[in-house]
Amino acid sequence: MSDNLKYTKEHEWVAVEGNVAAIGITGYAQEALGDLVYVELPEIGKKVGKGDNFAVVESVKTAAEVYTPVSGEVVAVNTAMAEDLELIKKPANQNGWIAKIKIENPSDLEGLMDEKKYKEFTDGLS
Amino acid sequence: MRYLPQTKQSRAAMMKTVGVSSVDALFRDVPKDAFIKCLADLPQHKGELAVERELGACANQNRAAPDGPFFLGAGTYYHHIPSSVDYIIQRSEFLTAYTPYQPEIAQGTLQMIFEFQTFISRLTGQDIANASLYDGATSCAEAALMAMRVTKRNKVVLATPLHPHYRSVLKAYMGNLGSTLADGAPDGETACVIIQSPDFHGAPHAYDAWRKKCDETGALLVVVVNEIVSLGLLPAPVEADIVCGEAQSIGLPMSFGGPHLGFFACKEKYLRQMPGRLCGMTEDADGRRGFVLTLSTREQHIRREKATSNICTNQGLCALAFTVHMSLLGEDGFRRLAKLNHEAACRLADAVSKVKGVKVLNKTFFNEFVVELSKPAAEVVETLAAKGIIAGYALEGNQLLMCATEMTTDEDIAALAEVLA
Amino acid sequence: MSAERKIETVTTGQNEIIEFNRGLLYEESLLWEKEHADHPGVDLPAPENLKSRTGVPDRENIGLPQVSEPQVLRHFVKMSTWNYSIDHGFFPLGSCTMKHNPRLNEKLARLPGFAQIHPLQPESTVQGALKLMHELQHWLAELTGLPGVCLAPAAGAHGELAGIMTIKRAHEMKGNKGRNVMLIPDSAHGTNPATAAMCGYTVKSISTKETGRLTVAAFKEALGDGKDVAGMMVTNPNTCGLFETEIQEIAKLLHKAGGYFYCDGANFNALVGKVRPADFGVDVMHINLHKTFSTPHGGGGPGSGPICTTAELAPYVPVPTVVKNGETYSLQWEKDRPETLGQLKGFQGQFGMHVRALSYMMSHGADGLKQVAEDAVLGANYIMASLKNDFHAPFDGPCMHECLLTDKNQKDAGVTTLDIAKALCEKGFHPMTVYFPLVVSGAMLIEPTETESKDSIDRFIAAMKEFAADVREGDSEKYHAFPESTPRRRLDEVKAARTPVLRWPSDI
Repeated sequence: MSDNLKYTKEHEWVAVEGNVAAIGITGYAQEALGDLVYVELPEIGKKVGKGDNFAVVESVKTAAEVYTPVSGEVVAVNTAMAEDLELIKKPANQNGWIAKIKIENPSDLEGLMDEKKYKEFTDGLS
Repeated sequence: MRYLPQTKQSRAAMMKTVGVSSVDALFRDVPKDAFIKCLADLPQHKGELAVERELGACANQNRAAPDGPFFLGAGTYYHHIPSSVDYIIQRSEFLTAYTPYQPEIAQGTLQMIFEFQTFISRLTGQDIANASLYDGATSCAEAALMAMRVTKRNKVVLATPLHPHYRSVLKAYMGNLGSTLADGAPDGETACVIIQSPDFHGAPHAYDAWRKKCDETGALLVVVVNEIVSLGLLPAPVEADIVCGEAQSIGLPMSFGGPHLGFFACKEKYLRQMPGRLCGMTEDADGRRGFVLTLSTREQHIRREKATSNICTNQGLCALAFTVHMSLLGEDGFRRLAKLNHEAACRLADAVSKVKGVKVLNKTFFNEFVVELSKPAAEVVETLAAKGIIAGYALEGNQLLMCATEMTTDEDIAALAEVLA
Repeated sequence: MSAERKIETVTTGQNEIIEFNRGLLYEESLLWEKEHADHPGVDLPAPENLKSRTGVPDRENIGLPQVSEPQVLRHFVKMSTWNYSIDHGFFPLGSCTMKHNPRLNEKLARLPGFAQIHPLQPESTVQGALKLMHELQHWLAELTGLPGVCLAPAAGAHGELAGIMTIKRAHEMKGNKGRNVMLIPDSAHGTNPATAAMCGYTVKSISTKETGRLTVAAFKEALGDGKDVAGMMVTNPNTCGLFETEIQEIAKLLHKAGGYFYCDGANFNALVGKVRPADFGVDVMHINLHKTFSTPHGGGGPGSGPICTTAELAPYVPVPTVVKNGETYSLQWEKDRPETLGQLKGFQGQFGMHVRALSYMMSHGADGLKQVAEDAVLGANYIMASLKNDFHAPFDGPCMHECLLTDKNQKDAGVTTLDIAKALCEKGFHPMTVYFPLVVSGAMLIEPTETESKDSIDRFIAAMKEFAADVREGDSEKYHAFPESTPRRRLDEVKAARTPVLRWPSDI
């Protein structure tokens, strides 16, 4: 599974299937945030640009914005996650995604890290 | 210097530990020319007796409500406060505590806030209420801002006469965001319709027709109540999306305009857009019920420039006074208090309408109404004040807004009728 | 908004509080859990044969609890015993200035001539109250060096709003266009950026991470050519407890670029009677009467946040303000001051707090207030000097009225700032301010105030040293369990936020 995953410096992961990107947040981000208490999902049909904030995840003490690494239209949101926040810990194929975005420019994916690079990146963050 | 426990010896010992020979050495980062050379225009310290005499003399220059007949309302109301209320709010544990950030040692304040939130949600017929805001005027402005966040629109419509101070505050808050304020009915650009009930001229309103108009246009319905006692007799504004206003009438003296108590309640679906503190129920490490401040990710200390409001605190002690008074009143007491107010206003209306040249303009009212006099109201207010009677609030021209509460006696009314005639 | 969630239903069976006491430890149910009495805790006549003239139907059942007066008294007195307060002991909350609250102030605020007057009474009947407000305006103007005073703002955050709106109004009235940026250091209190946003400004952050202070270099970088800058919001002394050494130079550069300097007055206790903010370049500042001038915090309000401005900005401050003509005092409203930004609060502000603050100022006098600042600063430095070998101090001293330490030396042994705070609860102290400022990891901000004796401060120092020693000796496990002797132990905040229960359910 993780072979298909790409990562951002803002600690999102992206699972690409066809022209749709499922986006979630990494274990590193979850660790930093602590237990989540709320996720604010975008509206289906919303147009987002690369780097835009499209969702918010909240722990007791922090609200963190989730950014999309790809431009496009929100085509699905994970409403089950709003009910069961533990889902955020799951991988993409087990409902761990927050929203799915129809990719406008496949080139948006080019600068993203693979798992090895992301691990090196987080190791460097102390 | 009675409030300062340090002594010459203790100061010297502390300086020795710090490693300085004078306190001024600790101020070394302050630019030399910013130090005060002399505060010649301010007096030196005074004993308790001297301060009491001086400020007591100031207090004696004011005409207090118990000094004579009193018919002024207009957003601040003269009501009786049971003795227990002031005793409870002066207890050290409530008076000198901080905002309950450390819930293990602040359960008293937290449980009280939870009870306050429950009282407000029951009185307003709304799902949830916050821990209070500064006053009615600012809670009304916060309601408009919240409606603008929820609807992503920036026009606010006033459907009934709104207290002029509330209107001014609303205008100032909204001016920052380039939004508009209009009178009349909602359209497709309207974020919310604001209905004050009873309105500034004392008339209660029904909400169903406004609810329908809001549903048609996608605007929120905001109901403002600035005499909370009215909710013991008038129907709860369950049709509203937000109910906000002023709760000074329960437990708080008029105090020349503050501290008063803003309240804010709404439907649960707007929870995440609410301003202000919220207290929630949870349990502790041993599984016992307890309370904490919660959902604080809406607030300024976490969201910073993306917060729902810049507000930090609530009116904690005022909310306590309200909660104690409401506990004493209970269901029957609160409803009786509302009836007594209405009954006093009915007596006042009957008495003044018998005076030649005076006409009651309201067909309906709770404890306030407008009368038409034969002279400019502002003049009448001044003349009567000189005779020891506070007659009401002068509106435009000959119109006077008058109020009666459970404090109003038959003698008060007779005295007023006599000088009005 | 996406997820709509139902308020969790709590049944009495599931969450029942049994009213039992152990020694002086009390349990107390909610009012709604008590038996509904057939008469309330007040005796009011029930009006008979009242023909309603409201024009709407009478209200049905509200759903309020009903108990007698003794039950009400006991309910709140028992609950009060669960609170820690300044009257109980040391309360070193940084930036909150928890000092002694003299009862003289309470007594005076309750005089009928102050408490029982209406804000809209004819001015001829409230000359004493207006005189008091005028006097308070004078004291604040003298102490800050800023002559334009408006007492109306209801709290610190409200004063901030008034201050930033004053700046906005000034630019507007002077015809300055395109100034939509507010410069704010990253160490600022969260209200600062929230206030700027409420006023429609874009926030530009100035980094202070390296030294805990603003530098001319960092400021210049944030300022750029300054053409889009409306002003700057700075707390001085700052939230790290340090005086901004380069503030005069920064203020000069800001003024030259056409911006105004707003000073957050949260930390005025370090300066009162000793240093005048106008003299380090401030244009507008709010004062927390509930901090520096000792009006009680009341478990979270009411506060009071007057603002003070330069003569240049005075015309723009909110209404009302009090003026004296001959021997008569009067309130000025929008018709008297057309350049004002308008009104931000109903009526005159938190007048009851004005009485208390003036009573406190008069008691201290100019001489006493200077001593307040000096003792407050000495106390904080004494704590810093006593604890700096046990706890990491990120910035070199001297500090002002509060000192900043961190959990850096303890964290690796698993004891964090939160654990230390909870251990202080266990020891009978109120914790310091924790995890603020945000720019310092594991921050502990300690403000003793001038009303603590050396003995009291020494007991706090001893407790902190004991914690540090425990951690050094490997005895750290117990720190995760504290507090144990408080009315409640650590509370589950995740549960509270995930399934919010914000009121007693209506079906009970």
